[in-house]
Amino acid sequence: MEILHGIFIDPFITMYELPDLLVQVLWEGFVAGTLYSLIALGFVLIFKASGVFNFAQGIIVVFGALSLVGLHSLGIPAFVALFLCIGIMFALAWLVEFTVLRRLVNQDPIILFMATIGLNYFLIGFGEGVFGGEPKTMITAELGLPTGAFDFDILGGLVSLQQIDITAAVTAGVMVGGLAVFFNKTRIGRGLRAVADDHQAAQSVGISLNHIWIVVWFAAGIVALATGVMWGARSDVSFALSIVALKALPVLILGGFTSISGAIVGGLIIGISEKMAEFYWGPLVGGSIESWFPYFLALLFLWFRPQGLFGEKIIERV
Amino acid sequence: MLYRETGQFKTTYLADMAIFPIRQDYFLMIGILLFAYVIAPLVMNDFWLNSIMIPTMIFALAAIGLNILTGYTGQLSLGHGGFMGVGAYACYKLTSYFPDVNIIIHIFLSGFFAAAVGFVFGLPSLRIKGFYLAVATLASQFFLEWAFGRIAWLYNYNDSGAIEVSSRTLFDIPIAGASAEPVTRYFVVLAIVTFLTWIALNLVRGRFGRCWMAVRDMDIAAELIGIKLLPTKLLAFSVSSYYAGVAGALMVFMWLGAAEVESFDINHSFLILFMVIIGGLGSILGSFLGAIFIWNLPVLLRAIPDMIGVNIGAATVEHMTFMVTGALIIFFLIVEPHGFARLWQITKEKLRLWPFPY
Amino acid sequence: MNDTVSNNDQMAAGAPAVDPTAGGRIGDVILRVNEISLSFGGVKAINDVSFDIKKGEVRSIIGPNGAGKSSMLNCINGFYQPQVGHIWYDGVDYTPMRPHLAAENGIARTFQNIALFKGMSTLDNIMTGRILKQKASLLEQALYIGRGKSEELEHRAFVEDIIDFLEIQAIRRTPVGRLPYGLQKRVELGRALAAEPTLLLLDEPMAGMNLEEKEDMSRYIIDVNEQYGTTIALIEHDMGVVMDLSDRVVVLDHGSKLADGTPDEVSANQNVIDAYLGVAHE
Repeated sequence: MEILHGIFIDPFITMYELPDLLVQVLWEGFVAGTLYSLIALGFVLIFKASGVFNFAQGIIVVFGALSLVGLHSLGIPAFVALFLCIGIMFALAWLVEFTVLRRLVNQDPIILFMATIGLNYFLIGFGEGVFGGEPKTMITAELGLPTGAFDFDILGGLVSLQQIDITAAVTAGVMVGGLAVFFNKTRIGRGLRAVADDHQAAQSVGISLNHIWIVVWFAAGIVALATGVMWGARSDVSFALSIVALKALPVLILGGFTSISGAIVGGLIIGISEKMAEFYWGPLVGGSIESWFPYFLALLFLWFRPQGLFGEKIIERV
Repeated sequence: MLYRETGQFKTTYLADMAIFPIRQDYFLMIGILLFAYVIAPLVMNDFWLNSIMIPTMIFALAAIGLNILTGYTGQLSLGHGGFMGVGAYACYKLTSYFPDVNIIIHIFLSGFFAAAVGFVFGLPSLRIKGFYLAVATLASQFFLEWAFGRIAWLYNYNDSGAIEVSSRTLFDIPIAGASAEPVTRYFVVLAIVTFLTWIALNLVRGRFGRCWMAVRDMDIAAELIGIKLLPTKLLAFSVSSYYAGVAGALMVFMWLGAAEVESFDINHSFLILFMVIIGGLGSILGSFLGAIFIWNLPVLLRAIPDMIGVNIGAATVEHMTFMVTGALIIFFLIVEPHGFARLWQITKEKLRLWPFPY
Repeated sequence: MNDTVSNNDQMAAGAPAVDPTAGGRIGDVILRVNEISLSFGGVKAINDVSFDIKKGEVRSIIGPNGAGKSSMLNCINGFYQPQVGHIWYDGVDYTPMRPHLAAENGIARTFQNIALFKGMSTLDNIMTGRILKQKASLLEQALYIGRGKSEELEHRAFVEDIIDFLEIQAIRRTPVGRLPYGLQKRVELGRALAAEPTLLLLDEPMAGMNLEEKEDMSRYIIDVNEQYGTTIALIEHDMGVVMDLSDRVVVLDHGSKLADGTPDEVSANQNVIDAYLGVAHE
């Protein structure tokens, strides 16, 4: 009885009695969700265009952020370092295409997936070798990102919104808008959608797979860099992030593997429900349920809609 | 010339369906067993047994488990590290509740707990396929990690949060715990692994193996010829996690002697997955080859600088290991996506003609 | 309904009554499809179609592309569930039919786009057709004792007979993914035969084959029908083959039934001629 009470009644009473706390929790969830969305966005870009489930996206986020911090610590001005990092992302995209993707055309998805795990390992080793394994601080101030907080006296309490979080949300919005235009309005975007649909058919009308892949990995790299900066500004830049990045998977399941808007909506749902669950229900079972809650939520969701939120129902044929 | 089936006529289907229908394979296998059971314990010192032979065997067993699920049944799992943990913790609880029962029995029983957990987390496979299923197994991985860390009952409310192995004996010879000799532990592991490998070979060549492979290759067609998908997949999940569970119990009781949450984290799941992919999906032999390669690569990489007399820091070696492992995985995927097992097959085909290739 | 036995000229010449108990090759109705309608979303794939199949006959389903032929087979063996209508099989109303029910009750099929298990050898593929007849427990199988062993041997012997019948001994151990198209079709037929079906559904078994391969395949179909008395439902585009092999033909177009009867009747039917020669529909 007491347990049922704890699950079904107490949390809601708390929400009602302390609305300022609720708003704060929702905001925390929103922010975490934004970052999940950004990581998921990188996954979606690559999956859409190459059918590759890029496991290394999380580590590319870390790698981008680390490069930025690392270059800056060499005395390079922040903005120059940022541009250099964009260059590094391009080089990475080209290298991945040249050494991995190009040689694995027409292999099973699982083989490509494994290759990206290999890439993941390589980048962990390389990143730690070059930059060291210890957590680093993001150069937030040097990049001109706001660091203060807006405090609101509402709902009988104090709600604090970090400015960097607002920046992150705005960045995500801008990026999604930009990508939508890129995908739908440009020639490369059309090629990209063609490649996503059918590699061979796309090649047969003269679209270069290699170029498309470089473009797409580069775009995903820039998204990753932005994610890395935002994430780093909230907490440290460390390799632990690559495990957190796996939460993009449940996000993708909610939103569908190929939908950009799905990635955003899914990310927000996961972020908010995760923080709500952790804060209001977590204490019942000893806390830290954030680590697995999103996956269970995604599973529950899959049970009812196997094709995801925005996916189409597939009619199987024989 | 050396390797060919010519002239070896089979007069019964029984002989044709043997595990090693070709004489040369049979002799090779005897050679390997001879090496594992007689030569290795004689010539290898404790370091070799403890840090190479025993873990390789244990990981090979876990890889067989994952191969049954991923290689034979086509269901991707990123949660086998967690299933190994279930076996380990189950064995630990069993030994603390029934200290008088022999440890070997506990190890075999603990696999069933892992199988039950695998069964439950296999249920989503009814509706979910491919990468979506990988998320289900990730759910199990993170949930189990959380459970191992948070549920104090599992580690008997130790302050350390770790499980530790006390001394266990078989015929008055210590086989687990601090007082057990590496060579005795090696024999226990080897015997269990040999037995379970034989079982796995029997399973995959018979009806269940064919059901699994049918589901892997084309689940719709499998359904239409009357294979019930869910029971088939669940059986694969159960058998697979049974193997993982036994491997986990062996890992703690016959090798590490103690373990905590980190021993079963997601990196272990990946490690086993690497072994399976590099070794060869859908091949028991491949599971062994993959385990040998992936486990011993870092050992080798650590040894190389010493051998050539260069002194580099431990951290650098660690980073190098990551990089080389990653690069080699990509390299092998490019060269032969079907793993060592396929390479071995190709070698055998070449050997049939050697030394006259035409 | 027409009396099918007398319409069977081209068969009767070489085929004396194989089933001595029935006194004729063709027996009672074994499968009856009653007023079936199937739609995907708003698209009507099958619209109120009824027909029956008699025991021992070769029944063809023909029609232009997209007429709903494959969908009809999918309904019969339970892969699709029609929204309206009933399927009677062997005197029992199977509504809804389920794939495993169909398989357990002796309905086997081949597929338009080959649905073999590409990673498995020819032998293993055909052995999968015997899976429903294998009852060994997990333990027996794991230890390779008792039924785990005896069943394997027994079914292997049966499968070897099929391999002999289809003349594919040489590719016994080859993974079917590496086989050419024609051979894959043959292996698929072998897998369906391994289940010892009462009713065999063949979905374009000769698509994409050259004349010689078609002749081989036709021979196998006739042999199966005559030697084992297997009832056959055949989808095929090659009219020569259809007219030669079938006892009765049903014609579908745009999901509806156009005609039903003996090959001669059907080929004389004005609606059918219109559908095939492309007289304007509307």
